Amino acid sequence: MAKITSLNDLRKIKDELQQKIRLRENADSPEAMVQIRVGMATSGIASGAKEVFIFLVDELEKRNVDAVVTQTGDMGYSYAEPTIEVILPGKDPVVFGWVDVEKADEIIEKYIRGGELVEGIIPANYNTIDD
Amino acid sequence: MKEICENIIDIVNNSIVAGATKIEIEIGEEVAGDVLRISIKDNGKGIEPDQLQRISDPFFTSKAKRRIGMGTSLLKFHAELTGGEFSIQSEQGKGTRVDVRLGLTHIDRQPLGDLSGTLNMLLISNPEIHFIYHQYTDKGSFSFDSAEISDALGGLRLNHPEVRVVLNEFIQNNLDTLISDNGQM
Repeated sequence: MAKITSLNDLRKIKDELQQKIRLRENADSPEAMVQIRVGMATSGIASGAKEVFIFLVDELEKRNVDAVVTQTGDMGYSYAEPTIEVILPGKDPVVFGWVDVEKADEIIEKYIRGGELVEGIIPANYNTIDD
Repeated sequence: MKEICENIIDIVNNSIVAGATKIEIEIGEEVAGDVLRISIKDNGKGIEPDQLQRISDPFFTSKAKRRIGMGTSLLKFHAELTGGEFSIQSEQGKGTRVDVRLGLTHIDRQPLGDLSGTLNMLLISNPEIHFIYHQYTDKGSFSFDSAEISDALGGLRLNHPEVRVVLNEFIQNNLDTLISDNGQM
């Protein structure tokens, strides 16, 4: 495929993309997706939350895990940054602290794919500090 | 913060918290003037005048539940460390504009970092926000408008995994054309 550098290039691959997305969305309902929120306030960013965010998005895609990864504000656990909240379909949210790339890898393999709890869980009683 | 990109994410997060629906980011490398310029402009609720005066104070924040706000003070510190400056203008109900000037070749200037990953992350994390991006160097310029991208893709969600891969390639290919001969940015 030619390099994608312009809006015209994006228009050319629109149909192919739409086809891929239709196939995927027919197979999975949104409720069946894993939801992950990465704490990206100043303390989270300074602790490496961006690398964790990008790793999660890339690896979940590579490992065929249907997930939505989004950023959120301060969860109130600056001492444990980077922090992420994971919601498995039908389960309560679980917040993990001290998440680097290695820990994120373990969370994907053990918790998300295997349903096994891993170290670093923080009680999920926070409110995002946006106000 | 190890990279300027991380400061950009932080400032953009402030815009999002301020309710912005449109955020414009501009990064400019001016070799002749030895300057790296960054500006971030939003249409959020703006900052109250008394808060604006204290915005770079690390022990001030507009947040009610936590009394420390390091984001803008860190960026100001980094800018001034390189002989540059930080300024912020805001009008309540209209929005806020942050302008940063850094010494391009100053030894204490942080690298820009993973700009492609940063832009991709902002787009997929905030598909409802209209992002306008512009970057220029002595090699040329690159701009995108998230609404135009979405339109070109037939209204597909920008945070869809399939779209994300394409977006990343689109941004990276264009950013690669802007790297200066001296490897700046």
